[in-house]
Amino acid sequence: MKNELNRDGLAFNEPLLWERSRKGRVGLSLPRRDVETAEIGDDLVGDATNFPELSEVDVARHYTRLSQWNFCIDTNMYPLGSCTMKYNPKTHERQAALHGFAAAHPLLPTRLSQGLLRMMAELETFLAEITGMEAVTLQPAAGAHGELCGMLMFHAYHRKNGNPRSKIIVPDTAHGTNPASAALCNYRPIKVSSGENGILAPEEIARVMDEDTAGIMITNPNTLGLFEENIREISDIVHQKGGLVYGDGANLNAVMGIVDPAASGLDVLHLNLHKTFATPHGGGGPGSGPVCVKKHLAPYLPVPRIIRKGDAYDIGENFPDSIGRLHSFYGNVGVMIRAYCYIAGMGADNLKKASQLAVLNANYLKESLKDTFELPYDRPCMHECVFSDRKQHAHKITTLDMVKRLMDFGFHPPTIYFPLIVGGAMMVEPTETESRENLDRFIATLKAIAAEAEGNPEILRKAPHGCRLRRLDETAAARKPCLTG
Amino acid sequence: MHYFPHTDEDVAEMLAKVGVKRLADLFGIIPDACKRKNPLDLPAALTEGEMNAHMDRLSRSMAAAPEYNSFLGAGRYDHFIPHLIPSLLARAEFSTAYTPYQPEVSQGTLQAIYEYQTLTARLLGLSVANASLYDGASALAEALLMAMRITKKRRIALSRQIHPTYRQVVATYLAPTDHEIILLPYLPDGRTDIAPVSSINDLAAVAVQSPNFFGCIESLSHIAEAAHRQAALCVTGFTEALAYGLLKNPGSQGADIACGEGQSLGIPMSYGGPALGMLACKNEYVRSIPGRLVGETTDMEGKRGYVLTLATREQHIRREKATSNICTNSSLNALAAAMFMASAGKTGIREIARLNYDKTAYLKTRLEEKGTELPFRAPVFNEFVVRFPDGFEQQYQRLLQDKLIAGLPLERYYPELAGHYLLNVTETKTRKQLDDFIWEVHR
Repeated sequence: MKNELNRDGLAFNEPLLWERSRKGRVGLSLPRRDVETAEIGDDLVGDATNFPELSEVDVARHYTRLSQWNFCIDTNMYPLGSCTMKYNPKTHERQAALHGFAAAHPLLPTRLSQGLLRMMAELETFLAEITGMEAVTLQPAAGAHGELCGMLMFHAYHRKNGNPRSKIIVPDTAHGTNPASAALCNYRPIKVSSGENGILAPEEIARVMDEDTAGIMITNPNTLGLFEENIREISDIVHQKGGLVYGDGANLNAVMGIVDPAASGLDVLHLNLHKTFATPHGGGGPGSGPVCVKKHLAPYLPVPRIIRKGDAYDIGENFPDSIGRLHSFYGNVGVMIRAYCYIAGMGADNLKKASQLAVLNANYLKESLKDTFELPYDRPCMHECVFSDRKQHAHKITTLDMVKRLMDFGFHPPTIYFPLIVGGAMMVEPTETESRENLDRFIATLKAIAAEAEGNPEILRKAPHGCRLRRLDETAAARKPCLTG
Repeated sequence: MHYFPHTDEDVAEMLAKVGVKRLADLFGIIPDACKRKNPLDLPAALTEGEMNAHMDRLSRSMAAAPEYNSFLGAGRYDHFIPHLIPSLLARAEFSTAYTPYQPEVSQGTLQAIYEYQTLTARLLGLSVANASLYDGASALAEALLMAMRITKKRRIALSRQIHPTYRQVVATYLAPTDHEIILLPYLPDGRTDIAPVSSINDLAAVAVQSPNFFGCIESLSHIAEAAHRQAALCVTGFTEALAYGLLKNPGSQGADIACGEGQSLGIPMSYGGPALGMLACKNEYVRSIPGRLVGETTDMEGKRGYVLTLATREQHIRREKATSNICTNSSLNALAAAMFMASAGKTGIREIARLNYDKTAYLKTRLEEKGTELPFRAPVFNEFVVRFPDGFEQQYQRLLQDKLIAGLPLERYYPELAGHYLLNVTETKTRKQLDDFIWEVHR
C-alpha cells in the first residue's frame, strides 16, 4: 500500500486486501489450544497458504469502506425490472440469525429439528395456497435452479410416459436462464415470438407444438410487464399434445391473491423468494427458488421431502419416481426463514395489497413517463413497464447513457437492453415499497435526463460523474481477463 | 406488518393519474378464468412482537451447541465464527444489493468478489476461481459437466468416498445427458481404489473428494496421474475447505478442477443452507467455467476498477449455449468466506486447521486406547470412522437424551457399515468435551 494522503474525504480509496498485508498480523481470536500437537506426515502438509496478514481493525475498515461504494435498497429506489427489489424487512434478519436456526446441523435427528421442519412444512403450505398448486419443494437454491428442477421433472415425466421428447417452446421474451436450463436437459429450445400486442398468440403456439415437444416455458406476467391473457388457451394447446406448461414465477409480485396460477393451466411454477418474498439478494445471492406443482407431477419432485405425521415432521427419501436430489441438504433454509416470516407478518390481505400497489406504482410511472420515452407496448401493465430509447436516438443518446446519468441523481438504473425484443429497453420495476414522492422524484429525474439528452447530450455520454469511478472498460476486461490478484 | 408507504390520498391520486377508479380495476385485463375465486387462506398476520415470540419458540426446539455436544460433520461443520463477520455482512450495502450489473455503483461487491476469487484460487492452488455456486454438491455437478464439455467424453469415474448426497446431485444433474458413471470402490484403509481407472476409456474425469467422506486424506497426486494417463481431467471435490489451510492443496497435486463446499469459512450451518459452492481451475479452462467471474479493468480516467466479465459464457448472452444456467449464486456467503480467509490470514488459517487436526487426533488416539475399533487406517483431517460394539444403537439413543450426539450412523449411506459412525471434531470442541465423550461411549 503506497503511503499516499487520502484526499477524498469520506470516499476512501481502499486498496486490495493483500496490499494492506503486514507480516505477523492476525485478525481473529485464535481458539484455545488445549491438546498437544499430533504427528503429521510431511507428505501431507502443504506450504503456508498465501493469505494476507491483517488485524481485525484492518478487516473491519476494509469492508466498511468497500460497502460504501455499493448502492443498495436501503440507499434508494432500485428499479431493476424482473428483479423485484423491494425493501427487505430488518426483523427477518433477527429471525434467521436465531441461534437454534443458524447453528442447526442438517443431519440432526428429526426429533431434534422439529422447529425448522415445521417452518419448512408451513412455508410449503403457504406457497401452495398462494399459487393454487398442490405440492411444493423448497430445495432449489435460486430461480434458475428451480427452472432446472422443473425441466428435470418434465424430462422424468415424459420418459416415464414412454416418449422422452426433444424440444421445448421458449418465447422470445423469456429470461436467458430458461433456454439454458432447458438445454441442461438436452431440450432444443424452439423460439416463438410474441405478437404486436406484446403477448403470445395461441395460434403461434399451435403452429409449433407437436408430440416431440415437451412443453412450454412461459413467464407470466411476461418480461414486458404484460399479462399473458391467452395463457389458458395456450395451456390447453400444449396439454392436448401431451406437453406440460412451466411457469417462470419471477414476476409473481404482480398477482398475489389476484391470479390463480393453477387455474391458468400451469403444471409447474417456480418462485423466487429473493424477489416476491422480500429476502435480501446479497449482491448476487443466496436466493431460493421453490417449485410448486400440480398433483400429477408431485411424484417427480426432488428428494428429500418433508412429511407431516400428525403434529410431527419427518424427512422422506423414498419416492421412486423422484428426479433425485438437487442440493447437499434441503436448500437455502436461511432464506426460507425470511420468506416464511414475510408471509406470516403480511398475511393474506397485505400480500394482495402488495401486488395491487406494485401494479399501481408501475402504471403510475408508465403514465407519467410515456410522453418522455417511447413506450412500445402502450397497454395496462402489471408490476413493471418497458420503455425504449428511440425518441433519444435523434440526439445520439442511448439507454446506457441515460441510465448511467441516473446514478448521478442517486437512483439505481433499471434493467436495460432486456427484453431483447425491445431495442434499447429500459425495464422499470418500482415495487410497492416506493412512496409516491419518491416515484415523483424518479419521474422528474428521468424527465430532466431526457431534457439533457436534447440540450446537453455530452454530459450523458460521459456519465456517471458523481460515482467513485467513471464508466468502466468492460471490453478490455474480457479481452485480457485478470481474474485474480 | 406491511411495508407500504402509500396513504389513502396517494392511492386515490395515483389511480386518477392511471385513469381507473379502484385498485381492482388495474387487473381488468386479466381473464376471469385466471383469477382467484377466493381470498388467500393464510394464518392471521403476526405483529413483529408476536413473530419474535413464535420464531423464538421454533428456534428453541432445535438442538444446537453448546447445549448439545455434537460430533456431527459429514458436510457441515461447526466452526467458530468471529462476530466481525456477521456484523460486516449485515451491512445493508452488501446484503440488500442485487447482482453487480452496474459496476459504477457496485464497486464494493465487485472488489470483494475479486478478492474472494483470489483467496479461493490461493487456497486451492489453482489459477482462477469463479464468483461462487450454490453449494458443494452443485459445484461438483457443474465441474463434471465442465469436464465433459472440455474433453468431449462421456464417462466419469466417481469415487464412492465422495459425499453420498453429492453423488446423488451429480446423478440428478447428469440424468438427461448421455453419460456413464463408474463408481470407484474404497480400499481397506478408507481411501479410493484408483486401480480401475487404468482400464476405462472415453473418460472425461476422475472425481474424488479429499478429505473424503470417511475423513481420509486421498493421495491426490496419484489420482491426478491416473486421470491424466487416461487423458481425463482430475476433479477434486471437498466438503471441508478448511483442510487446505494445512494439507497440500489440490492444484499443487495436479488437480485440473477443484470444487466443493466453503461453509467452514465463516458461514453458519443454518440447517444445511445457504452454503457456498467453490470452484477453481487451471487457467486454460477459464472459458469453460460455469457461473460469474469478476475481472479487473480501468475506468475512463484510468482508475482501477472491477466488472463482471467473460459474460459471453453466460446464459443472459449465450442462452442455451451457456456454460451453465446459474444466475443467482451465493455471493454474500462468498463475501463471508473472504472475510474469514482475510481475518485468519496466513498464520491463522494454519493454526485453526492444525487445531482441527490435533483435536481429532486426540479423540481418535484415546478412543483407540479405550478399545474402540478404527476400521480405516489412512490419515484423516477432522473426521474419522469408528466401529462401536454391537448394540450401540440403544446407547446412541440414550446419549441423545443426555444431549450428546455421537456422530453420524453410516449404515444408511453404506449398508455394509452397520455399527460404524462418522465423528467430526473441530476447534470448537474443548478437551473436556472430548473427554466427556470418551467416558460416555465407554460407560
